[in-house]
Amino acid sequence: MSEAASAMDRVLVELFGEDHGVVRDAATLTGVARFDGRAVTVVGTADRAVIGADVALRLARAVLDAMRDEPGRPILVVVDNAGHRLSRRDELMANNGCIAHLTRCLDAARRRGHRVVGLVHDLAVSGGFMATGLSTDLCYALPGSEVRVMAPAAMARVTKIPLDRLEELSAVNPVLGPGVENFIRVGGLEGVWDGDLMAHFREALSRPLDGADMRRALGESRGGRSAAARVAAAVRAGAAA
Amino acid sequence: MRVARHSFYEATARRRVDGLLDQNSFREFCGPAARIVSPHLPALGMPVAFDDGVVVGEGTIDGRKVLIAAQEGGFMGGAVGEVHGAKITGLLERAADVKPEAVVLLLDTGGVRLHEANAGLVAMGEIQRAALSARHAGVPVIVAIGGKNGCYGGMSIVARSCDWIIASEEGRLSISGPEVIETVEGIEEFDAQDRALVWRTMGAKHRRLIGEIDALVADDMGAFRSAILNFVGRPRPLDLDALEAEHAMLSRRLERFWDCADGRDVWARLGINDPAAVPALDADSFNGLVGALEGGRS
Repeated sequence: MSEAASAMDRVLVELFGEDHGVVRDAATLTGVARFDGRAVTVVGTADRAVIGADVALRLARAVLDAMRDEPGRPILVVVDNAGHRLSRRDELMANNGCIAHLTRCLDAARRRGHRVVGLVHDLAVSGGFMATGLSTDLCYALPGSEVRVMAPAAMARVTKIPLDRLEELSAVNPVLGPGVENFIRVGGLEGVWDGDLMAHFREALSRPLDGADMRRALGESRGGRSAAARVAAAVRAGAAA
Repeated sequence: MRVARHSFYEATARRRVDGLLDQNSFREFCGPAARIVSPHLPALGMPVAFDDGVVVGEGTIDGRKVLIAAQEGGFMGGAVGEVHGAKITGLLERAADVKPEAVVLLLDTGGVRLHEANAGLVAMGEIQRAALSARHAGVPVIVAIGGKNGCYGGMSIVARSCDWIIASEEGRLSISGPEVIETVEGIEEFDAQDRALVWRTMGAKHRRLIGEIDALVADDMGAFRSAILNFVGRPRPLDLDALEAEHAMLSRRLERFWDCADGRDVWARLGINDPAAVPALDADSFNGLVGALEGGRS
């Protein structure tokens, strides 16, 4: 077992005990664990997996099964990926359609009353984060993990902004650079789970939510996305200006 | 004889809106006069647009009330930043409130605007959730793709979360751009310069043949308008049975075609006698072929 995999296993053991029932098949994790005496579906990936069309469908199947087997059963989405898989075959099969299907299953679960909680372990990248963490009710990160759209060196190449300038700007503007802290500030992550994981998970399962998308309001109150909430509200109201 | 075409591909976002909606019916929300620009681009020394690259508002098509968003592919490749994304999200949330007969999204985008990457990525999650909320409120969301940028990145996931997708022959729909695959995985994996390969892998005809999009049209404003009208007022089911049906369709696709190396192999396996001829077919001939294949299946 790799170091990352054993770190992942430690998290599962801490949350659900030694007999957590979560099975690993290549990069995917699926299973039904027990938490505070109730069943919890665990679905996700490990080892900085890449989300290909086949991976997306395996995860979607587990979410569909949770909805069919037990209405309202909570779902923990373990997020550990290096993005979507960059390959000709995945594009030929329309990976976007397969990932969209996964996210629609997660969305359906949320709306049908399953509490869907995301937990970033190690890394989440761009389309891989959209496929998983952004489709949850509440998404958290473990200490030391990272969320990013693109590595800074590649971003500098594509945007033609010098790397040092980019890093300087990233330090003051949370919309630009990688990092859990930045994603917390823009409202893309709820917070960090440090210390007692069971207490954090218990809180996430019991928090009252009304189904509204709170991410813009969070981004605004945390000073990371100051315009989005206001602009969306103006358009929603049909305002000319 | 063919009448002169009014190209969707060549038109700006505003001309697309004007060309699709009934004359003088469009009312824009938060238009350029409001000067709601990106708060992030100036710090990077980048120019801003007074609409942040997307036009949103309401109007009618053939008298039927719709909300519409059009991405301007000429501004930063139609990429989604904080304000751009919030405008589309707000429009979709309005749809759930006012229940028009459809929301029409004219997508022309490379995905996230890297200059405000984190805001753009989260915004796409918000757009997707708002689109699904509009659908749950009974409002169909119709996507049209036919601009220079195609529909890439997170917006390709958004597109496949909507009810219907219409694309012209020039349309492309995929999560990764060809250049990104070539840069990361090498030219053996994907030669981004090979335009024919790009179209066989990501182009609208391939997408129509494997069931990713619902209508293929010629690059003509009137053709897009007719195709959109055909879907106005027609929401698709979004329940567990619909998700299971989608799962079965996608699983079958991977079982049947996972070993195919090229679009032509997929098309041959679908029963097309002359796959090499597919790229050159005009929209009418292509749709005739699709009709024959679907007729043969039923």
